[in-house]
Amino acid sequence: MPFEIIEKSQIVPTIHNMIISAPRIARKARAGQFIILRIDDAGERIPLTIADFDRESGTITTIFQEMGKTTAQLSKMNAGESLLDFVGPLGNPSEIEPVGTVVCVGGGVGVAPVYPIARAHKEAGNKVISIIGSRSADLLLWEEKMRDVSDELYITTDDGTKGQHGFVTDVLKELLEGSGSISLVVAIGPPIMMRAVAGVTHPFGVRTVVSLNSIMVDGTGMCGSCRVLVGGETKFACVDGPEFDAHEVDFTLLMNRLQMYQDEEQLAMEHYKKCEREGCQC
Amino acid sequence: MLERQDMPRQDPEKRRSNFNEVALGYSHEQAVNEASRCIQCKKPLCVAGCPVEIDIPAFIKCIADDDMEGAINELKSMNALPAICGRVCPQETQCEEVCVLAKKGEPVAIGRLERYAADWELENKLGEAEKPESTGKKVAVVGSGPAGLTAAAELAKMGHSVNLMEALHKAGGVLVYGIPEFRLPKSIVQKEVEYIERLGVDIQLNSVIGMVETVDELLDEYDAVFLGTGAGLPSFMNIDGENLSGVYSANEFLTRVNLMKAYQFPDHDTPVKKGHKVVVVGGGNVAMDAARCAVRLGAEEVTVVYRRGDDEMPARREEIENAKEEGVIFRLLSNPTRILGDEKNWVRQMECLDMELCEPDESGRCRPVPIEGSEHILDVDVIIIAVGTSPNPLIPKTTSSLETSKWGTIIADDNGATSKTGVFAGGDVVTGAATVISAMGAGKIAAKAIDKYLNSNNL
Repeated sequence: MPFEIIEKSQIVPTIHNMIISAPRIARKARAGQFIILRIDDAGERIPLTIADFDRESGTITTIFQEMGKTTAQLSKMNAGESLLDFVGPLGNPSEIEPVGTVVCVGGGVGVAPVYPIARAHKEAGNKVISIIGSRSADLLLWEEKMRDVSDELYITTDDGTKGQHGFVTDVLKELLEGSGSISLVVAIGPPIMMRAVAGVTHPFGVRTVVSLNSIMVDGTGMCGSCRVLVGGETKFACVDGPEFDAHEVDFTLLMNRLQMYQDEEQLAMEHYKKCEREGCQC
Repeated sequence: MLERQDMPRQDPEKRRSNFNEVALGYSHEQAVNEASRCIQCKKPLCVAGCPVEIDIPAFIKCIADDDMEGAINELKSMNALPAICGRVCPQETQCEEVCVLAKKGEPVAIGRLERYAADWELENKLGEAEKPESTGKKVAVVGSGPAGLTAAAELAKMGHSVNLMEALHKAGGVLVYGIPEFRLPKSIVQKEVEYIERLGVDIQLNSVIGMVETVDELLDEYDAVFLGTGAGLPSFMNIDGENLSGVYSANEFLTRVNLMKAYQFPDHDTPVKKGHKVVVVGGGNVAMDAARCAVRLGAEEVTVVYRRGDDEMPARREEIENAKEEGVIFRLLSNPTRILGDEKNWVRQMECLDMELCEPDESGRCRPVPIEGSEHILDVDVIIIAVGTSPNPLIPKTTSSLETSKWGTIIADDNGATSKTGVFAGGDVVTGAATVISAMGAGKIAAKAIDKYLNSNNL
């Protein structure tokens, strides 16, 4: 039973929005969870965080960045086409409780998965302060959506083309220094950003949660590809996470393990481009 | 009397570099000759040795009489998946072990004959499966491995409407993600799965029960639920360095190779590290499968490290011999103590300790004891940990009042009934990791119990 793409658009260069018809999953999806998809019979299984869901129309929204072969191939697909496999919701949902003030930090494509979490905190009655950042103004996504669910919204760009010139952590540090009332920080983005966020919040003793995007195969706890070290203990990001206490995560290990298939990713990309150029025989 | 007929196999040198099936199956003549060796015991011990109670002398007599249709009917009346069982059952410790001929010579090659009859059917006969009158009762079977496939088939044959839920994108469970192509071709599994579908079973892939629907929710929609979710959670050794890049669980390595077809990378997208020097830790069938996959992927040296001795390895003898023929090195009485990596987190070396076996303990197995000061280092760039699996906690965690043991297995009685009314379980999720055929036996017993439950007055 294939899964139809209802809508597909490029939001900013290399980052795409894809809405998939998956009523069974939409019925159950919650903020913080992810799905795994496979394009076709030769495809790999890749995890994507759920960026939004609509229980009534039975759809799941995912946002992905062109990184390797599979995301490049996905970026070429259009509404009306279908994915062979789409499974979820996977992972534990975010813990949403009335806690007071929550800072939601999203970096790059990480803004998308932060959105439903920010929304859920807002709905739970928390004050939501959001900080979203990107390398440059043209790569910043979902500003309006984030504004709609935030009491305060801060924007940073690495090159200063929009908002504050600098990193999301600069604003976060200022907020922490200026107010003693922040009870929770949620950060999703590149591992290096999440590590920096953990570094900034640690001295303030503010509970900080990150969502880890390690390499997965089945996504149900069967293979252990996604294992991460949290508080000195091996955990599976797929079933024990994907969210963990940022102050306990071994980010160096996470980043090293994410590099594991660098050579193969390059090879797959070259093979894909060759297939595109010369017509695929495989 | 005729000698037991050898089964032709691919030459070791050749098969080291392909994933094609190793055992090639009997010719018709060999099958008839082998079948004629069966002395048709009045009180056949072999049947008692079979977890699904196939009438073994009866199907063998059909082959001897060249009645292939009769043979397959005998098999299929008791066993929905004979082409699989003929390949992966440990006949040497079941039906063939108790064969009368084994007392003085070699037992009848029951497994090979089962395979021959099943393959004959796949090539020659596949008609419509008979569908009995519908009972109007609905059963959800969770997990499409050997236990689930068998339970689903039996329940469908009884006239119940069956939905079979599978978390992965292909049906078959361990038969597709675990057991490699060269031991059990996926086209064979596919044909057996298609047979189950022809019986009327509706297979729903990509359905992670516990997440997309809970067992409690299934009970709102179905009259009964069977859990055959297996033992899919990989165990690690909890030694230093296990999270280095290049260290795999056997589940991950085999899933990448078998289910995701990493041996066809980059035509298939999923990669796997082939390695130059590969070490597989463990002595079971899974360890043999992983080692033999590593050989075929092109590793220069593949070593099995096992903490007990040759006699204690739980793998089938046949698979150990196959692995040896293919050049797998065995370092027995050796136990890893830590794994060492480089600055980029890549595995480079493994430290092992030599072991010796002391007197057998109450369980009858010799306990391995480390020899002090025997530490030594192996160079290695891929490590595959095959030291066992346990049930995935997803379903117990999300199901109300379903009792589990301290090992995480679901507690079920001899008929597969769990602590939760209407919920039955069988296979590895109840027993812990075991064999394909024992899971099938459990699926079959549970199907009978479910049928009885559905026909009881309280529904």
